[in-house]
Amino acid sequence: MANIISDETMEYVGILAKLELSPEEKEAAKKDMGRMLDYIDKLNELDTSGAEPMSHVFPVTNVFREDVVTNGDDREQILKNAPEQKDGAFKVPKTVE
Amino acid sequence: MSKQYETVIGLEVHVELATKTKIFCGCSTAFGGAPNTHTCPVCTGMPGSLPVLNKQVVEYALAVGLATNCSINQYCKFDRKNYFYPDNPQNYQISQLYLPICHDGWVEIETAGGKKKIGIHEIHMEEDAGKLVHDEWEDCSLVDYNRSGVPLIEIVSEPDMRSADEVIAYLEKLRLIIQYLGASDCKLQEGSMRADVNLSVREVGAPAFGTRTEMKNLNSFKAIARAIEGERARQIELLEDGKNVIQETRRWDDNKEASHAMRSKEDAQDYRYFPDPDLVPVMISDEWIARVKASQPELRTEKLERYQKEFGLPQYDAEILTGSKHLADIFEQTTAVCGKPKEVSNWLMTDAMRLLKEQEQEPEDMHFSPEHLAKLVELVDKNVINRTVARTVFEEIFRHDVEPEAYVEEKGLKVVKDEGALKTKIEEIIAANPQSVADFKAGKEKAMGFLVGQTMRAMKGKADPAVVNTLVRELLSR
Amino acid sequence: MSILNLTAVELGKKIKAGEVTVVEATKAALAQIQALEPTLNSYVTVDAEGAMKRAEEVQKRIDDGTLTGPLAGVPVAIKDNMCTEGMLTTCSSRILYNFKPTYTAEAVLNLEKAGAVILGKTNMDEFAMGSTTETSAFGETRNPWNPEHVPGGSSGGSCAAVAANECFYALGSDTGGSIRQPSSFCGVTGIKPTYGTVSRYGLIAYGSSLDQIGPIAKDVTDCAAILEVIASYDKKDSTSVKREDLDFTSALVDDVKGMRIGIPRDYFGEGLDPEVKKAVLQAAEVLREKGAIVEEFDLSLVEYAIPAYYVIASAEASSNLSRFDGVKYGYRTKEYEGLHNMYKKSRSEGFGAEVKRRIMLGSFVLSSGYYDAYYLKALRTKALIKKAFDQAFEKYDVILGPAAPSTAPKLGASLSDPLQMYLGDIYTISVNLAGLPGMTVPCGKDSKGLPIGLQLIGDCFQEKKIIRAGYAYECSRSYETPELAVKAAEQEGR
Repeated sequence: MANIISDETMEYVGILAKLELSPEEKEAAKKDMGRMLDYIDKLNELDTSGAEPMSHVFPVTNVFREDVVTNGDDREQILKNAPEQKDGAFKVPKTVE
Repeated sequence: MSKQYETVIGLEVHVELATKTKIFCGCSTAFGGAPNTHTCPVCTGMPGSLPVLNKQVVEYALAVGLATNCSINQYCKFDRKNYFYPDNPQNYQISQLYLPICHDGWVEIETAGGKKKIGIHEIHMEEDAGKLVHDEWEDCSLVDYNRSGVPLIEIVSEPDMRSADEVIAYLEKLRLIIQYLGASDCKLQEGSMRADVNLSVREVGAPAFGTRTEMKNLNSFKAIARAIEGERARQIELLEDGKNVIQETRRWDDNKEASHAMRSKEDAQDYRYFPDPDLVPVMISDEWIARVKASQPELRTEKLERYQKEFGLPQYDAEILTGSKHLADIFEQTTAVCGKPKEVSNWLMTDAMRLLKEQEQEPEDMHFSPEHLAKLVELVDKNVINRTVARTVFEEIFRHDVEPEAYVEEKGLKVVKDEGALKTKIEEIIAANPQSVADFKAGKEKAMGFLVGQTMRAMKGKADPAVVNTLVRELLSR
Repeated sequence: MSILNLTAVELGKKIKAGEVTVVEATKAALAQIQALEPTLNSYVTVDAEGAMKRAEEVQKRIDDGTLTGPLAGVPVAIKDNMCTEGMLTTCSSRILYNFKPTYTAEAVLNLEKAGAVILGKTNMDEFAMGSTTETSAFGETRNPWNPEHVPGGSSGGSCAAVAANECFYALGSDTGGSIRQPSSFCGVTGIKPTYGTVSRYGLIAYGSSLDQIGPIAKDVTDCAAILEVIASYDKKDSTSVKREDLDFTSALVDDVKGMRIGIPRDYFGEGLDPEVKKAVLQAAEVLREKGAIVEEFDLSLVEYAIPAYYVIASAEASSNLSRFDGVKYGYRTKEYEGLHNMYKKSRSEGFGAEVKRRIMLGSFVLSSGYYDAYYLKALRTKALIKKAFDQAFEKYDVILGPAAPSTAPKLGASLSDPLQMYLGDIYTISVNLAGLPGMTVPCGKDSKGLPIGLQLIGDCFQEKKIIRAGYAYECSRSYETPELAVKAAEQEGR
């Protein structure tokens, strides 16, 4: 296996993705990611130097909205699924120390 | 301190654009409103919702870019900046990294040190975050997405500034340009203009820049100046102690006049930008650019010149009046009604400025109607009220936007033109002040001033001082 | 014959003619669901009450002449990654176990306007990540042809429900083959339209640049009719394409004379089950006999589609799925210390293993220092793959091949080796990368009695060509219903 995923890398990816894995999950994830990256490295066989990165398949551009207010007060709906709410706002753990 | 240090400053300025709706949905951008009342599935990151770009955002960003001498990326795209924070409902911010709309511009500033060009690295469009309110009672934070998705442009300067003075001059310049374009009201206090300061120090003559820090949470020009001084001193002290400056983001606390690092293990500062697949690229044609250029409103420099030429105002007055778009608007609208530019200018330059200073307000905070000021000018001109009274009426207009004619009528402030009544009053005063009369007759002109003053006071200021003068002299000379 | 055996369009006609009522059709489907769900688990949510109420309303509107379309009154199942206002929408994930959207996806709204009766929401691989419907947090769906086997995925619930007559048609979504592969495994017909044809507004995103909603039904006629209803230009979806040629049913013509059909040699090499190969080539022979010009060619780049796909789809997914954080909706962990711990615990407990795997891979390939090597490289590969198809479509009207290398594997056989499972998407994935339309049509069964699917791929906006080819092929054979579904209906006396 060419790609060896270190514990530090897993830790770092966990911070980026906000995921916390159990020790067993972490070992499996390291192995899986290494194998996937080995497989993905197959792309290096391909000479892509002449190709522009293609985000969109179609060359569609300039899709705009006009600057007109179309939405009213929809708070009740917006908060309907909130795990916790207070005073019309979403309640979360304190964000400042 | 033996070594000489130079401060190197670059600015990231966020400006909330004056659109009616948010950048990617049809929610209102109006200020205030109860929490989450200006929200929809798009700006709260509901699953399955998709963004659609507000065309006016591109128009404003283009206008600002052209007015700041930028080159335009005629093919520009939006990217996602990924980071977790509750004020950011999707946990990514839609912004522009790879192909921002404007790049490589400049503005010219003037300080005591002379004129200088400050380079603009780029201007990009992005969405604002929601607001977090900290609830001490329950030890939690509350999220309000009313500001989530409000359009912003971020103007990133080159590291071309060397002092707080230059920074303030640069910000003032940007503010004027953007206000004149009508692209934003640029209020620092309300957060519609925000500046993050990137600062490093180096020994004078050193070829390379030092390590920089980014300072956030600066919401007045004064705070910016203090933060620059504070951070400069902090970095020099580190270097003098043989320590290194760490590249980090710091938060300024203006009450403590100190900053602290916003470091966190959970904050990797690796934003994994990639093109947003939900949005298509923006193509800006030559015609579009030409149209925006052609529809550019009169900017400050042009206005400054016109005020001197067209209205014959002194340069100093013209500078003050055009120093705020809002002030210039009031001036022009009032002048349009009453046709007396010099008079209008005087009211704004003296009384309005004095009142703003007393209340620690900005010209943008003035909300009276130009028609009322025009009416006041007319009342003075027609001698319906005298200047002393007019000043108190102006204060009422300034504070409560009263209609001056009705106010004068209601309070009985009109100049007393009835010479008979005035004469009776003067005779009473002459009779009550024999010493002053004697003094006057002995050749003391000053005594007459006293009698005029007494008369004005007795008339509660409502008399015409010129008329009183004539009458007093006439009656004394009898 | 049970009304359950009717296709959607046939049922629509009978309803219009007054031979069957909407309530009867809805009741029949609900009874079939009740009989088969313990075995199949095609649905996450069945809304019997809502469906019956809606059936009565729709009947009234058919009677008073306000609803006249071919699908008016026909009961449908919706994949559980499309938002339905007030109805549970979970993406088969614990993280959305209690989520009731406040709005309805545009494609579903289009169906409702056409008089559809929604029976419920179908099971899927969690967030559409998987090829077996085994990654669902609500248990796997089983294949109606043999419940020991998977139905395929990720739209496994929709395909199984259609095959088992638990609905008359269904909507699925396809990011890398999620309509075409399970259609093949379940012996039904499914279309992944050209990217941008059906609005994605309200489709909970997996890989935004690849996702498309499409129809799953018993035959090509149904699929064309359904696609005609759900396809629309939507101002709310910036990637929606304005098309004038949405009259897909006009292509239902049994005539392929002169049609140029290309068979990529690359699709018939190592790894393809010989029985699948035989059935697919026989289908090509049928089209040749009907007058099509069939020839083999080299498509090239086939082996690069999967790695490119997993970079792009995982990268987009890592960002798309970051909104599931326990703040605004869905699952929040019970105990936590501070904000970031709440995020981590909610997400780690809320997402299943496959979703976590792809989020982590996606976060990694976008992270500082890797973006160019992985993400941009994949986007460049995508451009080359699109070019290879462009060249092929200069010569051919339709590309013909298998939908999957094998028939449905046994339950549990795929999950142990994710990479092996990914390789199963080899014939479907490049179609998504290139934004093309693709369709699966049943073309026989293997010796185990499991269905085999034929895949027809068209150039962008050329759905009509694949519909015509599929229809012509379909005219040569008859539709088969799995025995389990027939028996269930017989036992219920329907």
